[in-house]
Amino acid sequence: MDFFSVLYYRFKKVWKAVRLYLVIAGPGLVVMIADNDAGGITTYAATGAQYGYHLIWFLILLLPVAYYVQEMTVRLGAVTKRGHAEAIFESFGAFWGWFSLLDLMIVDWLTLVTEFVGMTAALSIFGVPAWLTVILVILLMGIIVLNGRYWTWEKIVLGFCLLNLIYVPAAFMVNPSLSDIASNGLIPNLPGGLTNDLFFLLMANIGTTIAPWMLFFQQSSVVDKGLQEKDIKMGKVDTFVGAVITVAVAIFIVIVTGTLLKGVPIDDAAIAAKMLMKTNHYIGAFMAIGLFDAGLLGAICISLASSWAFGEIFGWAHSLNTKVKETPWFYISYFITLVTAGVVPLIPGAPLVLITLFVQVVAVTLLPAALVFLILLLNDKKTMGEYTNTLFQNIVTTIIVVAIIILSTMYGISGLFPNLFK
Amino acid sequence: MRMLKQFRSKIREINQRYGKPKIEMSKGVKFSLAVLRIYLFVLVLLMIYKFITVL
Repeated sequence: MDFFSVLYYRFKKVWKAVRLYLVIAGPGLVVMIADNDAGGITTYAATGAQYGYHLIWFLILLLPVAYYVQEMTVRLGAVTKRGHAEAIFESFGAFWGWFSLLDLMIVDWLTLVTEFVGMTAALSIFGVPAWLTVILVILLMGIIVLNGRYWTWEKIVLGFCLLNLIYVPAAFMVNPSLSDIASNGLIPNLPGGLTNDLFFLLMANIGTTIAPWMLFFQQSSVVDKGLQEKDIKMGKVDTFVGAVITVAVAIFIVIVTGTLLKGVPIDDAAIAAKMLMKTNHYIGAFMAIGLFDAGLLGAICISLASSWAFGEIFGWAHSLNTKVKETPWFYISYFITLVTAGVVPLIPGAPLVLITLFVQVVAVTLLPAALVFLILLLNDKKTMGEYTNTLFQNIVTTIIVVAIIILSTMYGISGLFPNLFK
Repeated sequence: MRMLKQFRSKIREINQRYGKPKIEMSKGVKFSLAVLRIYLFVLVLLMIYKFITVL
C-alpha cells in the first residue's frame, strides 16, 4: 500500500471510532458536567477568591477520583441493565434498599432546592424575579422530558452542557498570568499551611466532586440509553472526557475569581458574579449565566435520578422513551419533586442556610453506603463476569472510596459541629 | 383510603420481592455491611445529640 492509502485507511478507522463515540457519548458527559452544579460553582469561586491559583493542582487530582468512581456505574449499568437503586435492593435486600432510596429522595430534594436558589440568584442579577425564574425552569424542564425520547432529551441537555463552557472565554478575558498559574497552581502546595479554612475548602471540593445522585443518575442513564456490554469501552471514554471537562471548567472558574477577586471572602457565586460585574460587566454576566446553567443542569439530573430510582423499585415504566400515558407515575414523581423544591426559595424567610447544611449532613449518610455497595457489586463475579473489578481497580477504587468517606464524613460532621476541627 | 391500601400492599410486595439478598455473603461482604451499620449508627447518634443540644 502506498502512503496515501495507509493515511486514508487510518483516517477511516479514526473517523469510525469518533462516530461510535458520538453515538455512545451522553451519560458520562452529562453527569460529569452537571457535577459542576450551583453548589460546585460557589465552591470553586470561593477556592479561587480565597487562595488564588494555589489549589489548581488539587482540582487536577480530583479528575481520576471522579473518573474511577463513575466508570464503575457504566460497567454495572451495561452488564446488569439495572439502575443503582434496583441493584442495591436486589443484591443487599430490602433494608439497605429502602435506606438508600429514602436517603436518596431526601438528599436529592434538598440539593434540588439549592439548585433553585442558585438559579433564582443568578437571574436576579439580570432583574428577573425569582417566581418567574422558577416557573420558566419548571416549564423548560417539563418540555425537555415530555418529548418522549431519551435521545432528544440527551441532545438538548448536551446543549446546556456546552453552555457550561462559558467560563473558558471568561478566564481568557481576565488576562491571567500563565507563569503564575504554572508556578503557583501546578506544583502541589498548601498556601499558609494546613489551616482549618483550607482543610474545610479542600473537603468542600471533594464533596462537590462526588455526590450520591451522580452514582444513581449515571447508572440509570446508561440503562435508559440501552448501552450494552460492547459499549462499555466507549462509555468509559465518555466518562473520562466528561471528567476532563468538569475539572477544566472548575479550573477556569478558579482562574477568574483568583485573578479578579483574590482575597475577597466569597460564600455565594451570585455575589461573586455581582462583584465581577463591577470590574468587567461581561465577565460578571458570564459568571451569572454559568451559575444559572449549572443549577439547571444539576436540577435536570437530580430530579431524574429520583424518578428513575422510584420507577425501578415500584415497578413503574421508567424510561424517557415512554409517553406520559404509558408511565404517568414516573412523570408525576418527577414534577412533584421539581415543583415542591422550586417553591421553597419563594417562601419568605425559608431556612435556606439550614437546607444547605442539611444537604452536607444527609449526604454523608448516603454517599459512603452507595460507594461501598458499588465496590461490592463490582466484585460480584456471578453478576459481573469478565467486567468484575481487577486487582488494580480494587486497589485504586478502595483507596479513593476510603479517602472520600473519611473526608466527606469530616465535612458533614463539621456542618453539625462547626468548632470541632478548629 | 383505597390508595393507601394499594400503597401498603405495594410496599409489602417489594419487601417480599427483595426479601433475601442475592449477593454472595462472603466474609468481606459481611464485614463491609457490619462496618457500614456501625458507621451509620454513630452518625445517627451524633445527629440526635446535635438535635437535642440545639433544642
